[in-house]
Amino acid sequence: MMENYQNLKQLFDGFFDQYINNETDSPLSLSIRKGAFEDFYRMGFPTNKIEKWRKTKLKDVLDLPYTINTSDRLRTQQQKSIFECEINNLDTDLFSLLNGWYEKSSENLLQGVIVCSIREAEQKYPELFSKYFDRMASDRSNGLIALNSAIYSDGYFVYVPDNVACNRTIQIVNVINATSRIFVNTRNLVIVGKNASLSLVHCDDSLSSFGSFVNNVSEFFVDEGGQLDFYKMQNKDEKATVITHNFVEQQRDTNTHANTITFNGGLIRNDTRVKLAGKGSHADVMGLYLVDREQFVDNQVKIDHAVSDCTSNQLFKGIVDENGRAIFNGHILVQQDAQRTAAYQSNNNIQLTDTASIDTHPFLEIYADDVKCSHGATVGQLDEDALFYMMQRGICERNARMLLMFSFAGQVIDHIKIPAIKNRISELVSRRLKGELSACESCELNCENPDSVMTFEIDMSKI
Amino acid sequence: MLEIKDLHVSIQGKEILKGLNLSVKPGEVHAIMGPNGTGKSTLANVITGRDIYDNISGEIIYKGKNLMEMAIEDRAREGIFLSFQYPVEIPGVSITNFMRAAMDEIYLYRGKKPMSGGEFLKYFNEKKQFVEMTANLANRSVNEGFSGGEKKKNEIFQMAMLNPDLAILDETDSGLDIDALRIVANGVNKLRTPENATIVITHYQRLLDYIVPDFVHVLYGGKIVKTGGKELALELEDKGYEWIKDHADIQL
Repeated sequence: MMENYQNLKQLFDGFFDQYINNETDSPLSLSIRKGAFEDFYRMGFPTNKIEKWRKTKLKDVLDLPYTINTSDRLRTQQQKSIFECEINNLDTDLFSLLNGWYEKSSENLLQGVIVCSIREAEQKYPELFSKYFDRMASDRSNGLIALNSAIYSDGYFVYVPDNVACNRTIQIVNVINATSRIFVNTRNLVIVGKNASLSLVHCDDSLSSFGSFVNNVSEFFVDEGGQLDFYKMQNKDEKATVITHNFVEQQRDTNTHANTITFNGGLIRNDTRVKLAGKGSHADVMGLYLVDREQFVDNQVKIDHAVSDCTSNQLFKGIVDENGRAIFNGHILVQQDAQRTAAYQSNNNIQLTDTASIDTHPFLEIYADDVKCSHGATVGQLDEDALFYMMQRGICERNARMLLMFSFAGQVIDHIKIPAIKNRISELVSRRLKGELSACESCELNCENPDSVMTFEIDMSKI
Repeated sequence: MLEIKDLHVSIQGKEILKGLNLSVKPGEVHAIMGPNGTGKSTLANVITGRDIYDNISGEIIYKGKNLMEMAIEDRAREGIFLSFQYPVEIPGVSITNFMRAAMDEIYLYRGKKPMSGGEFLKYFNEKKQFVEMTANLANRSVNEGFSGGEKKKNEIFQMAMLNPDLAILDETDSGLDIDALRIVANGVNKLRTPENATIVITHYQRLLDYIVPDFVHVLYGGKIVKTGGKELALELEDKGYEWIKDHADIQL
């Protein structure tokens, strides 16, 4: 669709007129959309000529025809069915996005916490919206961010007022379930007030067998003394493309923990950029990816230590089987005034076949002199000595391999702070490693649609 | 219990064991001594099934079964236990989970119903006291960050848990101070019964003051060149391995 962007431009023009007419967006958002589209039109989609996109083969998926739905909701299924995802059964307040559209009207939760559609937030909370929306994503460092800002359909807005410890975990399920191949732009905004705290679980799921492209941008602002735990679980079908940009800005004495668990997917890229803008802050950015078949998972992280006395910790682990490919690119930037910074980074991979491929790039850029930084990257196989040791105790080879892989993955899972989520993810990882977890297998829709019955499996005979 | 006949083993074209014979009966303790590089650890590896050797010939019969045809884990489930010279660190796997997994599989193999969680924990704690293991060791990952002594103690703890018929202790005394040595040896002695057997592989005589063998074999040049009672170990300690070289009727 994207060989030249004329089609997309026409589409945007039509889309833009529509907004001007029906006044669902405020003038602010319209001017952002317009400027962003100009940026996109100039930049285009990222190509392999851009260093950070060198190994991400976007062209293959961009060449496919997509439907871009900019106004009407694609309601094709009963709402009930979309909740039947693998990550349910958690004791959370559950919200959902279906094909890029927020599914519920606004809800004022206890303690003054707000969860609603980003479009609704623009109308109802204009002060918050204008203060925070597109503040970080306006860097337009690639065309996809610009495109998202121009034509985002919808997304979620979460606000936790000052001094409120949100005692319920908020879970948002972002589901694709369409009858054609769709291109979806979702845009989310999360604001954690002063001395407030929030645990957010975001699940990317798909029930569609037609393929999809989700271009997601989220912005997270954590005000002084605030705390944010953000868990992302991705269990997508193999025709699904998900490109995510997460922008995080932290004020003084804040603490964030981001953890992305990728179970299945076609082409997945998670780009997380954290700006430590206030002293005494800490950021964890972590991830686990389990990749097999022809799947591709790309994690990009940038931590910007803009001020002194902050700490950060990146930990990413992956198990890559068959023809799977994984990329990790971790950037630590320590600016000149960011003295007494401590920043750590680690990426460990297990490569199970010769045809699996793993690229890992640590990148440290340090301008301050009183700094503790470390990075480490490994690509290895399962430890043969450990396997023999375990088998000598009576454990069969399959289970010994499973225990080793599970314990490898466990070092990321152990950092999850909420016990219910930790247990659930442990169980899902264990099932994924045993080949028992396919994309949303419990959903009735999959059973009715033979095309989407998937048996993603790590082949035990090879590992 | 164990009959080894004319065992030849080579690795990367080099013959390590050159016709070894050994017979172990229930209730016996056999010590295998010899200088470094004579194949003591190779013997332990071959009995337990480590698949790193090019060529193995000869016969190893264990409880009337041909051991060569059995998988590593099945040998373990049939009651063969190796206390490793260098116990392997397994980050992220707690000793509790490790032993649970092992015992469940062994019970299933033997047609028994695996222990319940409660039964297992009770059993686990009994054995922990049995080998004088400190409480916090059990919650840590297998061997991770353990001192040399802790690793060896952990081997004996696993031996107590799995209660093997044939235990092979490969250089269990190496890296142990005298207190740890006493605890480890005590554990082994307490586990002795008329039904089980122990093979102690050691370089030094020291361990044999604590675990008293019925037979001492000297392994040299890939063969057992001399067999005697416990006094042979003392003689060796006194005269050194050079004495064997001069004394033993060996054709290398």
